[in-house]
Amino acid sequence: MTEKLKEKITTKIWFEDEEADNPFAAKTCYCSGYDVYGDLLGKISWPEYIYLLFKLEKPQPWQAKLLESIAIAIANPGPRDLSVRGAMNGGVGGSTAASCLMAALAPGAGKNGGAREVYQVMRLWQQCEFDLTLWKQKLSDYEDEQTVEVWPASEHSPGFDPYGASCSTPVMHTLNYLVSIYQDGALAFLLKNRQQLEDYADCPVGMTGVIAAAFTDLNFSDEQAEMLFLLLRLPGAAVHSLEQKKLGWRKYPFFGDGLTLTNDPGATSIKNSTENAP
Amino acid sequence: MKGPKTLINAEDNWQTDMGALFNGERVVYRGKDLFDELSDTSWFKLIMYGITGREFSDAQIQLFEAIQVITVSYPEPRLWNNRVASLAGSARSTGILATSAAIACSEAKIFGNQANIVALDFIRRAKLAIKDDDDIADFVINDLKDKRAIGGYGRPLIDNDERIAPLLERAKNLELATGPHVQLAFRIDEFLSKSRYKLILNASGLSAALMADQDFNYREYYYATMLAFSAGIIPCHIDAINHKEGTFFPLTCHRLNYTGKDLRHW
Repeated sequence: MTEKLKEKITTKIWFEDEEADNPFAAKTCYCSGYDVYGDLLGKISWPEYIYLLFKLEKPQPWQAKLLESIAIAIANPGPRDLSVRGAMNGGVGGSTAASCLMAALAPGAGKNGGAREVYQVMRLWQQCEFDLTLWKQKLSDYEDEQTVEVWPASEHSPGFDPYGASCSTPVMHTLNYLVSIYQDGALAFLLKNRQQLEDYADCPVGMTGVIAAAFTDLNFSDEQAEMLFLLLRLPGAAVHSLEQKKLGWRKYPFFGDGLTLTNDPGATSIKNSTENAP
Repeated sequence: MKGPKTLINAEDNWQTDMGALFNGERVVYRGKDLFDELSDTSWFKLIMYGITGREFSDAQIQLFEAIQVITVSYPEPRLWNNRVASLAGSARSTGILATSAAIACSEAKIFGNQANIVALDFIRRAKLAIKDDDDIADFVINDLKDKRAIGGYGRPLIDNDERIAPLLERAKNLELATGPHVQLAFRIDEFLSKSRYKLILNASGLSAALMADQDFNYREYYYATMLAFSAGIIPCHIDAINHKEGTFFPLTCHRLNYTGKDLRHW
């Protein structure tokens, strides 16, 4: 009787040799052909390894530098950011560490400043490339590609800040610096035509627009860019949630006077009493 | 450019008719006092009221529950979303992390919430466009060409759906099985299953038609079904916790089918 063929995970990313005494323990782990613990560890930088994982090839120095700079630019959007606020809500309540990061991922995934917006801008780069006429067409009347989807409908042209008065200083600094690393692609086009594009979108360029241009220059796919944007923004969420956990909920905003109920039926006859308790 | 005007107006100013807590006193839930007017409401009825702002009859609520009980409450740990809860249990992670992640994964394209809303959108559009049976072929084939799939039709690997009969039976018992969307769903099934596409009405399609007959749009349907898988997910986590840690379908190093680059040096 022949043994039934066991199902396997197919992967181009990872290969393992087993330990002689245990088929469930890896002796060597290879990432796209490179021995991770025997060769890469101690030799390559974190952005080089991230690039290798996503692209399965060694990056050029400028590519590693660009990815590292993206990671620094977005590592902490700050405690006012919607995703970081999600994480801090987990922290002040004493929620588990993973739930704090999950609480950051949910808002951080969205179409307003989040990873889905980066995905949308990646799609625009694929469709418009360096053609200003196409950008004008898309940005002046942005429409979602899918009308029926789980994502809420877009309310602004992706890549731009719907409430910005002008392109903010951190966004400009990031754009200028990233262009200094790579001058021959989407980032440079964005810098050169920024005001024109902002006129089309009727909003200033936002961080998602700059980062999507950088991911375009790195030749990442839309889905890779979405995933990396989620991943690389988690450090800020982590540290701010830990900080608020330590400080406690009394020092964290509850917006006590901020909510107005527009259809309050008013107090009813049931009293807050335990006099009828059994 | 609008600038920050909208945010300035919104600062410390959230206007809502969804509800609020009056601490130590009362809770208002969509315009009703939770303790006074809703305290004897079933949890599922409350959720449906929270989603739609509408109140439903007992029969309607029983139908909505039946859809969730019959179509997706499978404590089957090999299903993609349930498996997340089993893996988390095997890794000795918490039940809520497991369940939240598994529910998040239920928002999937080939099954679950993304597929469901497409099915509801399809049957509502079909109902508006198809006036008599002669229109079915044109509408369906055009949609198929346009979208490369018909939401609510087809099932991978097998050519029947074991959930259709019990769900239909339950809907009939509740006298909610004969609405126009359900009738049209079966007429489309008649056409598609006999066509060269050989696509059958699946449980997602019947559920969507039943909900469309109760006047649910795709957004409401999305919210109404987002917790549906939880009845199957939670037992999967418990089951994995009750087994030895790490024993949920462990994989040896040989179970990786590597198709990448040859070994090389940095």
